[in-house]
Amino acid sequence: MTSVLPLPPTVDDFTFEQVLAGLAAVPPDVKLLVDARHARWASPYGLTGLLALAQARLAAGGERPGFAPPEADDTASYWARTGFFREAESLYQFTRPVPRARQGGESAVLLAITPVSKAGDVHEIISHVQERSAAILHGGLGLESRATIGFSMTLSEACQNIVEHAQGGGWVAVQAYTWTRRLGRRVVVISVCDAGIGFRRSLESNTTRPRSDRWDDGMALEEAVLRGVSRFRDPGRGQGLAGIRRYVSKWNGKLAVRSGTARIALVPEWDDDVALREGLADFPGAQVQITIPAAVPSAARGTAAPAPARARRPEPGLDL
Amino acid sequence: MAPFPGGRVHHHIDLGSVLRGTVCALYSNLVTRPTGAAVRTAIEQQIAEAAGPTVTVIDFSQVMLLDFSCADEIVAKLMLRYVRPAALVPDAGAARVAAGDGYFVFRGIGDHHLDAVEAVRERHGRAIVAVVDGEVLLVGELSDDERRAWALLHDVGPADARRLSVAAACDEAAAAGALDRLAARRLAMPAAAGGWLPVTLPPNADVPNAQVPNAEWPNDGAPGAGAPGVPS
Repeated sequence: MTSVLPLPPTVDDFTFEQVLAGLAAVPPDVKLLVDARHARWASPYGLTGLLALAQARLAAGGERPGFAPPEADDTASYWARTGFFREAESLYQFTRPVPRARQGGESAVLLAITPVSKAGDVHEIISHVQERSAAILHGGLGLESRATIGFSMTLSEACQNIVEHAQGGGWVAVQAYTWTRRLGRRVVVISVCDAGIGFRRSLESNTTRPRSDRWDDGMALEEAVLRGVSRFRDPGRGQGLAGIRRYVSKWNGKLAVRSGTARIALVPEWDDDVALREGLADFPGAQVQITIPAAVPSAARGTAAPAPARARRPEPGLDL
Repeated sequence: MAPFPGGRVHHHIDLGSVLRGTVCALYSNLVTRPTGAAVRTAIEQQIAEAAGPTVTVIDFSQVMLLDFSCADEIVAKLMLRYVRPAALVPDAGAARVAAGDGYFVFRGIGDHHLDAVEAVRERHGRAIVAVVDGEVLLVGELSDDERRAWALLHDVGPADARRLSVAAACDEAAAAGALDRLAARRLAMPAAAGGWLPVTLPPNADVPNAQVPNAEWPNDGAPGAGAPGVPS
């Protein structure tokens, strides 16, 4: 028997919850087919999340899932350019041939989906991104040039979360696009996903740290993301997420981290997300999304400054 | 390695070269914790090979990017390692070497390194000696007493509490307290002939136009007129 898991037209961090809720109903020993035929767009989070989904399935002893690629040629072509099919081919069985990524790159794809499992991967990712990030953040998004350095640091620390804590590999992707309906501005989005042990189990590995009566995925995320707690006794640990938090706050961005059954978000004024969601469908590992919006030119001062642009959500759309 | 006045040894360590020599010849960014640990271990080995106190100038000028994890391994752990007994530095790494007696001056710190250096320095409550825009500065949370004592050590050369108190026009106990705190934070080092020296760039350091508080340092002369006092 094969259980079909249909993907929504837009696969992003919000709609991915529907996917995970559907997945929860499919036992690991049942053959799974992920049906992306009607998908029209996916965010970096959606694409790396789909890879983590198959990774989790295989880690749980399941059979390699099937994958029905998008029917729309432009969608399939875009997914190819993001590197999705290249990474997915070892995790999924495609139901039909998928397009090959064109040489020459995609201007919106600052970093194609890239596997991360060791420190050397992080060096290569940062070297790759460094030059283009200046053009995209400063030239494309109108942020001050010093935003570029912090962006690379943020990317480095987000990737290291996999290397240091996941106990397995994961993926990172960075894309810039116009978030037409939700924000009306260009954004650059970092997504880092793995299907490793997740925040709660990582923190539990430090048995010396006292825990309150309430101890669950939500509490673990609060400890790690908000208070900089790490599984290590070293007081210097936990600075990576703290640094990411500072960067996101400085540039009016958004940080969302999902792990286990909870999701925590640092929500800027332009968004109306919920700070902490609990009781979500259980999914292993950690899925991180960092969104940095373009600066809004301040007419009064004649300079570029972040400004609120309240948006309703969820409101999926074709944003590219 | 060069001799340092007062029998001390001076190292100049180009972090870019250490990175390429110890981790990977192709890397130009100080990112990831394992990279920082490898670079720190290489620095510690150099210090351990020198007998007696060493002043090590850690040069960031050839480093493009420094992330928080690497800054913690290099800046914070180096400072902590020599401030406290090694056993108290958690996760300092299996390749721990004999501690030696290290003092540090950080140079080449640009805007692109500042966030990481400041974050880890603040996290551990450390103060450092840094060359910023060619000027040797104490960076960190220090009392006015400590800052003035450090500046006066530049002016008067090696000084004990009595001599510093004369220079500062304050009582000896206050001067002794300030010296103790500077020494505990590795911002002052014992002079071979007695008393204390400020941790600073050595006179022969290759830093163009460096503004060392006293270009004739160290000297044994009398304190300069109008030197700021160390409040008691």
